[in-house]
Amino acid sequence: MRISTHIRALCVALGAIFTVAACGGGGSTSAGTVHVIAVWSGAEQASFMAVVKPFEDQTGIKVSYESTRDEDAILTSRVAAGNPPDLAAAPSPQLLSQFAKQGKVIALNDAVDMTALQASTAKSWITLGEPLNDGKLYQIFAWAAVKGLIWYSPKNFQAKGYSVPTSFDQLTNLQSQIKGGGTTPWCVTVESGAASGWPASDWLKEIVLSQAGPDVYDKWVAGTQKWTSPEIKQAWQTFGQILGPNDSNTYGGKQYILATNFGDVGNPMFQNPPKCYMLNQASFITTFFTSANPSLQAGTDFNFFPIPDINTQFSGAHVVAGDSFSMFKDTPQARKLIQYLTTAQAQDIWVKRGGKLAVNKDVALTDYPDVLSKESAQIIVNTQIAKYDATDNMPADMRTAAWKGLLDFISDQGKLDSILANLDKVQATAYHS
Amino acid sequence: MDFSVLLGDIPTLLAVVLGVPAVLVAYIVGGEFLVRRLPDKNRPQVRPWIWVGPALLLVTGFLLLPAIATIIQSFETNTGAFIGLQNYANQLADFPSGGAWIAIRNNVIIWLVFYTLFTLAFGLVLAVLFDRVPYETVVKSLIFMPMAISSVALGVIWKFMYSYQPVGAPQTGTMNAVVTFFHHDPVAWLQDQWPNGLGILNNLALVGAATWGITGFAMVILSAALKGIPGELLEAARVDGAGEITIFRRVIFPLMMPTIVVVGTTLVIFALKAFDVVYVMTNGNYGTDVLAFRMYNYLYLSHNNAAASSVAVILLIAVVPVLIFNLRQFRAVEARR
Repeated sequence: MRISTHIRALCVALGAIFTVAACGGGGSTSAGTVHVIAVWSGAEQASFMAVVKPFEDQTGIKVSYESTRDEDAILTSRVAAGNPPDLAAAPSPQLLSQFAKQGKVIALNDAVDMTALQASTAKSWITLGEPLNDGKLYQIFAWAAVKGLIWYSPKNFQAKGYSVPTSFDQLTNLQSQIKGGGTTPWCVTVESGAASGWPASDWLKEIVLSQAGPDVYDKWVAGTQKWTSPEIKQAWQTFGQILGPNDSNTYGGKQYILATNFGDVGNPMFQNPPKCYMLNQASFITTFFTSANPSLQAGTDFNFFPIPDINTQFSGAHVVAGDSFSMFKDTPQARKLIQYLTTAQAQDIWVKRGGKLAVNKDVALTDYPDVLSKESAQIIVNTQIAKYDATDNMPADMRTAAWKGLLDFISDQGKLDSILANLDKVQATAYHS
Repeated sequence: MDFSVLLGDIPTLLAVVLGVPAVLVAYIVGGEFLVRRLPDKNRPQVRPWIWVGPALLLVTGFLLLPAIATIIQSFETNTGAFIGLQNYANQLADFPSGGAWIAIRNNVIIWLVFYTLFTLAFGLVLAVLFDRVPYETVVKSLIFMPMAISSVALGVIWKFMYSYQPVGAPQTGTMNAVVTFFHHDPVAWLQDQWPNGLGILNNLALVGAATWGITGFAMVILSAALKGIPGELLEAARVDGAGEITIFRRVIFPLMMPTIVVVGTTLVIFALKAFDVVYVMTNGNYGTDVLAFRMYNYLYLSHNNAAASSVAVILLIAVVPVLIFNLRQFRAVEARR
């Protein structure tokens, strides 16, 4: 029969394909794989892959990495579908804490070496990884960044005879001095896709912490300090003084602030003549400076000073942020990788490649690639009052509303009261969902 | 690509590759077998159901039941307690700038009206004009090309087109290069809520980008309808002394009307579910929020499924009349053929 011959031939062919495939696929996956999702792409992705390379070589476990810019959506849908990655790294601990509350992530207390972790990591980082206060560790921090650094060009400052301010009054004086010279003092840009507005929130957090102190800051993060309270309102007004009336202290004014990506913030500062003299951004911004202008040298072409204390009562206060990891699937491979990421050996690799500061204290200061990252690493070690990024620690609703409020504030500072009233409304519901 | 995951689970692969067709064939053969056992007069009543059954099952399982679950959830809190219309009250609170009102305004006024009108107008004009030139196929292909671009890529392209630099700096965006050429100050197209914070300008900028992407679709369908008009009719009109504009107004346009209505209602549905362009270009900031994006934010950012459900239902209510009208019109056009 013709048909049965064809079917038999088909069966033989299919059988052959599957046998070959089975033999071919079997060999390489014997030690297993770990699937990791994070936001790093491009140069940052290359750095992360360099971090896990020694781990892959030592254990034979393959790390399969997936990058996304919309991690909230990707993780939420995959967790809901019962198909989460083994590990996920998030730039804000709030997202992973949310999953911890829902019981979707696995406590790490017996996955990582807790004694070693406690010996090598500051207490505050570990506490941040225990969002439910039940003594269980749900996330570990690997790398950090210092927020609220004022970047400037020493060359530009020298040419005009400006000096680095050491008090907040000196900073505002310098601001009027630069404005008097016919140039805008500040560069501010806040566009960042779904997260537009966050660079402005860096200003606000730093001002709240330095002006009203850590207690108000903590209550503000926890949702018990109203946005309309005098302390928070005063912080917005101080930010308004930095921006100037109708944003006149900033290069390009409000349209440019809103329309320009945060990564391009430094470009006008490095033009000749400079269009602005100072900008506020976290320690990672140097990567953006040098990728846009490869000839720039850290220390001579750009440098930073911490935002001067507004209220000397709270001197030495700093806002920090970090990358944290959580485990969604309890596999031996995932346990090994998360333990590896807590070690100085792993964190050191990215530190040497630049752009990140290690959370592990055993990473030597000499391993930082340039003088500036060494200084920021010292800030992390020496800070008297270290507070985690406020908006990143608020519920997602509150965080987004705050970012949007800042965009509205930049558009029209006169709307401050209605913006704050609206944020109070969001605060009343966001913490209960 | 890494096929090792796929080939790692041979039984599943076999079940999918061989099992699914086998089940379908068994279903059809078995169904026909049973139908043949029936008396002759009952066969025509039963047979269609056998054939349409799998599709009905899929539509019920993947569309109807989830829609009903969404409607039920919209009357509950996020934890599942019944709260009546509270979710809807939240969405409709604080007219005109609170709740979902800005998204509703953008969807049902700016997007629905301007997106549909612009696309229809451009599509019709292009279809009629290109009908008269010898290089019609080439230009039509060119106009149709943006259809092949994904909406996200389209958003990125237009973000570059609308890019803004301050007065005095060289303009890198095409639109601002044009504007400054005529000695006007550069415009922040996507951020400027002109006039008076109403957000007409930046919403129209988004609509413009989306229109560019869809005009080819309208043009091709309208062009096909145009070709369907018999040449004798036009000739008769010319012999009677009608000018080209009169012919268009009195002969071509009325004959194309059913097609224009079908394309128009389809565009209205596209306008109501606008999402990707807004997501990529402004992320709903500066008063450009739309309902679909609002739902997305509730779902993935706030983890508030109940509120997301209520927005989805509002969107559904807005679409349903258009949907019914569209189906009726479609049937009318079919019946006339």
